[in-house]
Amino acid sequence: MTTPLPIVDARGVHKHFGALHVLKGVDLTVAERELVFVIGPSGSGKSTLLRCLNRLEEPSSGSIVVDGIDMLDPRTDINHARQRIGMVFQSFNLYPHMTALGNVTLALRKVAGKSRAEAERLGLAALERVGLADRAGHTPGQLSGGQQQRVAIARSIALEPRVMLFDEPTSALDPELVGSVLEVMRALRESGMTMVVVSHEMGFARNAADRVVFMDDGLIVEQGPPAAIFESPAQERTRAFIGQIQRH
Amino acid sequence: MIETFFNIDIIVAAWPIVMAGLLNTVLLSLIVVPLGLLGGLMLALLAGIRHPLVRWPLMAWVDFFRAFPPLVLLILLFAGLPFAGLELGGFACVAIAFFLNTGAYYGEIFRAGIDSIPAGQVEAARSTGLSRLQAMGYIVLPQAVRNVLPDLLSNTLEVVKLTSLGSVVAVPELLYQARQAQSLTYNPTPIVVAALIYFLLLWPLVRLLSRLENRALAGRH
Repeated sequence: MTTPLPIVDARGVHKHFGALHVLKGVDLTVAERELVFVIGPSGSGKSTLLRCLNRLEEPSSGSIVVDGIDMLDPRTDINHARQRIGMVFQSFNLYPHMTALGNVTLALRKVAGKSRAEAERLGLAALERVGLADRAGHTPGQLSGGQQQRVAIARSIALEPRVMLFDEPTSALDPELVGSVLEVMRALRESGMTMVVVSHEMGFARNAADRVVFMDDGLIVEQGPPAAIFESPAQERTRAFIGQIQRH
Repeated sequence: MIETFFNIDIIVAAWPIVMAGLLNTVLLSLIVVPLGLLGGLMLALLAGIRHPLVRWPLMAWVDFFRAFPPLVLLILLFAGLPFAGLELGGFACVAIAFFLNTGAYYGEIFRAGIDSIPAGQVEAARSTGLSRLQAMGYIVLPQAVRNVLPDLLSNTLEVVKLTSLGSVVAVPELLYQARQAQSLTYNPTPIVVAALIYFLLLWPLVRLLSRLENRALAGRH
């Protein structure tokens, strides 16, 4: 059996912020339809790694190939490549001066080059998938945090990305709103979306992730199936971290 | 008293002259305000480039034209350029002086507006494939302008008032025309009329500004 080409193939990724060495040579591959969960203490570099994958952050060295496109090649049309990589942010980052539908259709029209009618059809379909078609005309200010994050997810999936990156998607939400966002992520996972999720939602990791990656101090310390990482981690640092978060 | 400062006969006689001046003041404003806005926007966009070769000259430029009195700048252009073989005329000199002076002010306002937009907005836009320029045009600027609308309007008020400086270089705007009428009629009434016209022209803008400022204050709570 041949292994198919991974969707994400990052090798030897280093990132310096001035004197700070945030990523110290990270290798991460993600296969098609795989959900990889990245955990680790704050400052471990997990968000930076995620942001390097779509080059929101410029890696200092290493290679990053996403869906066969060399993201670090200066000849790569980065704006074209980014359409294939959805990203969901901790603070939603919806455009407050536009409606939910306006948020979802902007890139469809201006990047993917769809007509307004076609963009609105696709945008409404995307909002439908996150259960918010009836909120299409609302501005972000009129939506709850959970609804805003679901619109942000719709904004990404409307472009039909090959992989979705989630940067602590539920960390800014009130506890009672977390469930609705996780539900959308679960449905997305069941539809076969390839996903890389940085999050502290360990319950979600346990029953939805294919693989859990533990990062600490700019390196991947350990990775494996959720059961292995959570029940019997091989590394002392992983054990300490798991123990810490499970006490909460 | 009324005979001297608000003489009806003189108003009637001076009316066409003063109206011609009003027309030029409006025309001048319609030229220098967009010009200043455009110059300001260009400066603010250039300010987004952090490279020292752009940053330092830009800072010097803005500082210079904000520190330089606009009247001095205007007279320097009007009286100085002919010696360099460049005869531009009053109207063009006013346009250039205002472009330089008010552009620097508008630029600082736009820059403050752009700086007020969280970085996450651009990141979200870029992550969906929008270019840097598209993110600026569709996401940052509309929000930035809304945030600094009171300041833009306030500066615009100042610019319209400053068009009266044109009278110094013989641009036949409202003040210049009123003074012409005054010297023709030996009566200050035309100046009073001009003052009233300035007030009526700008007062709606002042009201609008107050409303915007109150709304901005209310929005903070």
